[in-house]
Parts: sequence; structure tokens; C-alpha cells
Amino acid sequence: MSDQLYQERIVALAKAKTGAGKLASPTKSARRDNPLCGDRVTIDIRLDDSGHIVEMAHQVRGCLLCQASASALSSVAVGRDSAGIAELRHEAERAIGREEGEASEPFSAFTPLRAHKARQECVLLPFEALRDALS
Amino acid sequence: MSFDVAAVRRQFPILSEVIDGQPVHYLDNGASAQTPDAVLDAVRKYETTGRANVLRGVHRLAERATESYEKAREEVAAFLGVEPMEIVFTGGCTAAINLVAYAYGSLLKPGDRILLSELEHHSNIVPWQLLRSRSGVEIDMVPVTVDGRIDLEVLPRLITPRTRLVSLAHVSNVTGALIDVRAVVEMAKSVGARVMLDGAQRAPHGPLDLPALGIDFYALAGHKAYGPNGVGVLWAKPELLDAMPPFMGGGSMIGRVTFAETTWAPPPRRFEAGTPPIGPAIGLGAACKWMQALDWTAAHAHEMALVQRLMDGLQRIDGTHILGPASLQNRYPVVSFMLDGVHPHDVAQTLDSFGVAVRAGHHCAQPLMDRFDLDGTTRVSMAPYNDNTDIDALLTGVVHAAKTLR
Repeated sequence: MSDQLYQERIVALAKAKTGAGKLASPTKSARRDNPLCGDRVTIDIRLDDSGHIVEMAHQVRGCLLCQASASALSSVAVGRDSAGIAELRHEAERAIGREEGEASEPFSAFTPLRAHKARQECVLLPFEALRDALS
Repeated sequence: MSFDVAAVRRQFPILSEVIDGQPVHYLDNGASAQTPDAVLDAVRKYETTGRANVLRGVHRLAERATESYEKAREEVAAFLGVEPMEIVFTGGCTAAINLVAYAYGSLLKPGDRILLSELEHHSNIVPWQLLRSRSGVEIDMVPVTVDGRIDLEVLPRLITPRTRLVSLAHVSNVTGALIDVRAVVEMAKSVGARVMLDGAQRAPHGPLDLPALGIDFYALAGHKAYGPNGVGVLWAKPELLDAMPPFMGGGSMIGRVTFAETTWAPPPRRFEAGTPPIGPAIGLGAACKWMQALDWTAAHAHEMALVQRLMDGLQRIDGTHILGPASLQNRYPVVSFMLDGVHPHDVAQTLDSFGVAVRAGHHCAQPLMDRFDLDGTTRVSMAPYNDNTDIDALLTGVVHAAKTLR
């Protein structure tokens, strides 16, 4: 084997399935497809009056990287508004090498993606869906 | 006679490449095949000793270029068993199908019907949908069987007197299934419908006798048939080429241009507007010549032995399922599979770390994925230069994916 994209932390995030499922009565929902690979993410969120996420759930029909990203995002999204989620996206972008600097937990798990540009969209797809849900 | 795969491999320089200390196990031939020295040499010869535009130049380089380009047309025609003037060079297989959808499609009337199948590549679906929105033709769809073949039992019910064209994959780019051309042609002709085959996945596996198939149109891709990128072929019966208006306008495809009226050149020139892909066409001609020199009885037996080795190996791995025919009958060396609990992209990515190149995803066949409620498959597509080490490396990688990712 020549590299280790699927390191234990990424696999563990995917298997944890944090936030996997649907919300009974979401304030908003959004679905994003990646037409290149067919990955599909649906995000449900419940917001409070000030636009902060109270509850979030995701359904992923996609690869392990997309599942891991949705799981990581779900683990830290509650309590944030759209500006807070945008900050998390910067963390993810730093992890995969699209922005300068080191990423914090849990997104630092995605640093092996720096060597796999073709798969980076898989990590960002849940962020795209959540941004749509928040807009 | 045994097949000397080592001798074939030596003709493909890229197969000696080592990436991150690993040999290349190239099993993504259905997406793009690799290119032998014979093709590289032909392109280099054109670029270094005969590069010029074709047809209108009077200088010696232009004459060389034109001669090489037309020789390529002859080589492609010989490979397909047809006349050179029936060969249209296009930008690719997709361009060839679009050409038919536009030019032949312009002869159709609202209410005329086009018959496609559920396993078609998007390139044999979307051009017809575009035609439908332009001209009001209707599209019918033949379903596929559980083993990934076009369901010919259903076909008679879908062919009507309004069916003008049946356009199907000669070999599925997902399941590897070979269509029963004779049965399709017989049913189509019973209502006077034309038949087009998308030959992208069949052409790389040996010469064809298109007139014997009884079809009307055939499309293929150069880069899948060991040729360069940027060139494809449309073959059509001469009376159809004569009847069809141009697809694109520009230089070379005209008879006489005035602002009042323009007349068209005869085929194939009518369908080759502008400067054609000269170097790629010359390369494709060389690829066809290379393919014709191969012993395809032995090569096909070799390819199918690889398919058997692959299918046997996959069946020994818990949780694998093959999408496509289980037998070797009427199939070509394209094998799609699923691994329970592991997404196809993760299988393919794991295989890459073992030096194995495959394709994963919907393979531009989303209706087929919907039919089986799949996100995608991992597709192994073979060529005569593949050998047992390629299959064994792949199986090792699948076992690793099964162990670590689920």
C-alpha cells in the first residue's frame, strides 16, 4: 500500500454516525448532490428564534469521507448560527489544505485529504448542504 | 494457441511505469484505454514530419497531412468492414451520437419515437432528450433484466410503427453485457426503424463487420480503442449520410458559399466542419491497424479468462455482489461489483493505494443505478494487456477494503 487516506480517525468518525437520521419537525432542510460522484447529503436543522442550530440530523448516500464529514460537522454544529458554521468550514478547508494553517478537532482528522484533491469535495458536501439549509 | 500477454504489454510504455514504488495495474480501460507504441509513433510521425492542415493546402506538408488523414479513414473503415467514405471523424463517441441526434433527428417529425434502454450511457440518452425538446419526438425505454441485460422479451411491446430509431449500447459500459444485435435488428426492421449502436465498449475488443450486423449507425470513441483523445467515429449507411443535413457549419463542409445560399459537401466532409482532429485521427487509424494485427480469438479468450478469475475471486470475498451477467456468455470484459458496507468510491480509493486503477460511481448511467437502487458500483474493465497480476492485486485491495472500511 502506498498511502493511508482511510486513517483510523476518519473511519471512526464515519462509523460513529453522529447525527445520522432525520428530524421529526425540522425548521429547514436542504439536499446537495455531487453530480460527479453521485454523493447525496440531506441536512435537517431545527433553529431557535435567533437562528442558532438547536438540533441537526443528516442523511448521507455517499462515501466514507462524506459520512465522516457529516458526522464531524454534526458533532459541533449545535449552538452555532450561519456565521459559526462558516467558521467551521474554514476549519475543514484548513484540514484539507485549501486554506493556510492547522485545523482544530474534529476536522484535523481530514488532513490526509491534502494528498487527494479529487476527494476533497466529498468532505465539503455536508457543509454545502448545511449552508443551503441555513440560507 | 496461447496468448503472449507479455509481448502485448511491451508495446504499451505506460505499463512499465512505477508510481510510488508500485507497478501500474490499469483496469480502467472502459474509461480510457492505454496507447501502444504504434499509435504514439504514428502521431509523432505526423507531428514531426507531416504536420499541416488537411485538404486545401498545395504544399508538400499539406499533401502529407491529407494523405495520412485519409489513410487513417481507410484503416478505420477496414477495422469496421465498411467503405472509407462512410466514416465520419468526430470529436468523440458523444459527438458522433449528438451528430446523429441532430442531423438524423432533424428528419423526424413530432410523434416519431426513439427507443433507448435503461442501461444506456448518458451520451445515448441526453442527446435524444435534447432532440425531444427541439422537435417533439417521443422516447421509449427498454428495461434491463436482473442480470443487467437489455430485456429483449419486452422489446416487441415497445417497438411501434412510429418507432423511427432504436439506439442501444452494443456492450454495456456497466455490466459488460453484449446485446443480441440480430434480434434487435429483426424487430426494428419489422417496423422500418433504423438501428444505431453505441460501440464505445465493443470497439476496443476487436474488428467488426458492421454491414453483416444489419445496423444503420455505429459510434465509437478513439481513446477507448487505444487511440488518442479528441477523436471518435460515426459510421452510417451511405444513403443515410446522403440524406442527413449538416450538424455543424464551417469550413470544409461546404460546396459553395454565397450570402444568398450555401450548398453542402458530400459526406463524409459534410459532417467534418472546420479543421478535423488530424493527429488524433491518424493515431486512431494506427490503433485500428494495431487491433487488426492482434489475434482476437486468443485475445478475447485471454480477456474472458481474466473475467473468470476476477469473478471467482470476488465471490470468495464476503459481501461482494456482481452487477451483470454471471456467465461469460455474450459479455465483454467489463465487470461491476458492489461490496456490502463500503461505498464504491472508497473501494476504488483503497485499490489506488494498491496501484490498481478502476472506476467507481454511476458510470454516466444513472437510470441504471436507479433501477438497482445503487449509489454506484466499482467497475473493472480489462484490455488484452491486462494479466493475472492485475486481477490478483485488485482482489488483495478489495479484501483490504472489506477488512478496514466496514
